[in-house]
Amino acid sequence: MTATETRPAPPEAPRPSGWGGFLFGVARGLWRQLTSMRTALVLLFLLAVASIPGSVLPQSNVAIEQVQQYYREHPTLAPWIEKVDGFNVFGSAWFAAIYLLLFTSLIGCVIPRLRDHYRAIRSVPPNVPARLDRLPQHDTVDDYAGDIDGVAAALRKQRWRVAVRGDTVSAEKGYLKETGNLIFHFSLMAVLVAVALGSWYGWHGNRILVAGKDTSFCNSLQQYDESKLGPRVDEGKLPPFCLTLEDFTATYQPSGQPKEFRASATVEGDGPTRKTSFSVNDPLRLDGASVYLLGHGYAPILSYTDRFGKTQTKEGPFLSTDEMQTSTGAISFPDANVDPATGKRDPSLQMGFDGIYLPTAPDQPPFVTSRFPAENNPALMLTAYRGNLGLDAGIPSSVYRLDQGQIDAGRLKPVGEPKLLRPGDTWTLDDGSTVRFVGTKEYATLSVRHDPGQGIALVAAVLALGGLMGSLFGKRRRVFFRLTSPSPTSSSRLLEAGGLPRTDYPGFAEEFASTVAAVREKKT
Amino acid sequence: MAALSDALLVVAMLGYLVAMICYAAVYAFGDRGVVARVATRELVGAGGPPVVEVIEEVKKQAPPPGRGLWAGRIAAAVLVLAGAAQFGSLVFRGVAGDRLPWGNMYEYVLAATSVAAVAWIVVMVQRPALRHLGLYVALTQVVLLGVAALFLYVPVGPLVPALDSYWLAIHVTAVAISSGVFLIGFVPAGLFLIRSGWDKGRAGFPFSLGERLPSAAVLERLSFRLHAFAFPIWTFGALIAGPIWAESAWGRYWGWDPKEVWAFISWIVYAGYLHARATPSVKKTTATWIAVLGFLTMLMNLFGVNIFFTGLHSYGGL
Repeated sequence: MTATETRPAPPEAPRPSGWGGFLFGVARGLWRQLTSMRTALVLLFLLAVASIPGSVLPQSNVAIEQVQQYYREHPTLAPWIEKVDGFNVFGSAWFAAIYLLLFTSLIGCVIPRLRDHYRAIRSVPPNVPARLDRLPQHDTVDDYAGDIDGVAAALRKQRWRVAVRGDTVSAEKGYLKETGNLIFHFSLMAVLVAVALGSWYGWHGNRILVAGKDTSFCNSLQQYDESKLGPRVDEGKLPPFCLTLEDFTATYQPSGQPKEFRASATVEGDGPTRKTSFSVNDPLRLDGASVYLLGHGYAPILSYTDRFGKTQTKEGPFLSTDEMQTSTGAISFPDANVDPATGKRDPSLQMGFDGIYLPTAPDQPPFVTSRFPAENNPALMLTAYRGNLGLDAGIPSSVYRLDQGQIDAGRLKPVGEPKLLRPGDTWTLDDGSTVRFVGTKEYATLSVRHDPGQGIALVAAVLALGGLMGSLFGKRRRVFFRLTSPSPTSSSRLLEAGGLPRTDYPGFAEEFASTVAAVREKKT
Repeated sequence: MAALSDALLVVAMLGYLVAMICYAAVYAFGDRGVVARVATRELVGAGGPPVVEVIEEVKKQAPPPGRGLWAGRIAAAVLVLAGAAQFGSLVFRGVAGDRLPWGNMYEYVLAATSVAAVAWIVVMVQRPALRHLGLYVALTQVVLLGVAALFLYVPVGPLVPALDSYWLAIHVTAVAISSGVFLIGFVPAGLFLIRSGWDKGRAGFPFSLGERLPSAAVLERLSFRLHAFAFPIWTFGALIAGPIWAESAWGRYWGWDPKEVWAFISWIVYAGYLHARATPSVKKTTATWIAVLGFLTMLMNLFGVNIFFTGLHSYGGL
């Protein structure tokens, strides 16, 4: 819309009489109101203002944990914000209402302009005005020896669109401005379509993948920690591939700032089985999906030998809480202490451990924060719990935390004091059972995504940029020439020239002068 | 190298301060200055026989011609030197870190203001008549560099893995260039508002500056051209290169991260400015207010988002 002087008024349609006519008139009035530039500007600003809460309030699709924290901090306010979609601004009905109205207004504006521009491109430049000296630019060439076709040829050479009528030439240039403007606006609509396609046909899943053969994962929804399918995606048709995290390398600066992360993996099911590696900024591109490395951490391995002498080994990914990879998590042994004589499981004898893992523990207590993100002096501050883990209630629970409700209710009781374990250390509990801190494995936080709209969005955005530059820097202008004979006897004649910039164009005088000069040189 | 970079920043800030003082001298003693104006007014106001006396008097009052001119020349030279020092500070910061010097907020402000310095030097060369507006440019530079040096400074260090990509060169460079040009566009936009207020007869403090400013139309046109130049670069940097990088780093091309939200808001506001300016029924002052608002959203994105919100763009070092 940058180039338009005014939005063109729609042609007057014949108006039916009576109530129908009244309603028709109201509808037409509303449509004109909606497609006016003023309304478009207001909608544009509403869209900007409506985006602000999306940056001020935590958004559930960006950071769900921050939304939960907001609920804890503002228990009365949060439900009200939820009611007006404050935690989902960009998916809310009111945000959609603004941009859909804006795009409707845009369509109502650019469709008639497309029609007008098509006509303008096909039409010939208008007749030469009677008084060329009234135009913003005016010049005369005395003793012009050439004919009018010579003028037209010189102009054509400079890529003017030329119309010759008798002894006059009209020429026009700079259709690119409106063309670019229309491309810009239609491309914006294409971006919106691409976004819609992406949300209908796109999907993503996130999961934590621990290194090792026995922890590989295959692309199906059950295997994701969190996932979302677009409404048009068939769950059964997700691309079939399996991924094994072979190794994860992280290097750090002496300050603890990360230098490089790289995951090496084996991919099966996506063509021949192959080894590959990917990193931050360098995702793994598979057929129909891409795998992105978002983060990493450590998964401590615990080996628990219960009072009946049965040993189980489990690892649990611990979530890092700071930049030095101080990590917290929990490992549960719900099948511990099953009496081998009866085969019965005593729900009050289940075992759970939670702890803080420090890849580089300080030399002195307190052992609460790590000093460096790499495993230079690893230690695990472990607390043991015995009792009912609360896993049988059928309520989904976090794997990174023991059920706090069970602990508060006294159904899950701490055993002894928390203990600091180094890799290989064994801790004997009060009932004679032992827990050994075997070591750790690396894990990678992965996001697997597919968005079929993103290529379209990119092409549309690049087109929009090209169109924008055309519309900002293109200049529509006209020049006119008229050849007259001062006296019927003389052979050389007077060539009069006039120029009219049709859009804001400070450099037009220079261009006009050079155009006249080019015409003069052609035939003098 | 890092120490040299820091030293050059101090040189640049001092240079801008000196340029400000010289421009203030131009305002006071130059041919547009108060003294000259008072003199001219008296000359014009005088009629009849005493003309000769008045002229004699004026000659005594009026400064020797050239004092303002020289102050202006010195100011322009010092401004260019300050810009060179600022640019040098940026370059040596890059040499010290062996990487592109826009990996954190301090460096970003340094880079964007360096672009602004270059953009202003280009304007000075093309429009000598507008040179004395350098006072306001130098003021803006000193404020931003001062904020950067006092509150944002972090020692030179290597990049975090998330930033270790050639898209840093493309995305951040484009965003820094457009921010710098928007900054230089903001100066004539604000001055246009002052000047047009003065033209309407307002005489309060900011409008009283209008007397010494170029005509409203000149300021308005300069402001528009700078914005029209910066807007496509912003579109490319923030809404094309940014999303391409975001796709390869975070898996989605657009995710309403706070920085993205405010980049979108700035884009919308500047798009609104370009539309408003192209619409004859919208007054030029209204359109220019939108451009000023656009610059405020840019500042909000740079300072507000880095300080108040946490998001994926939290590389500020704050």
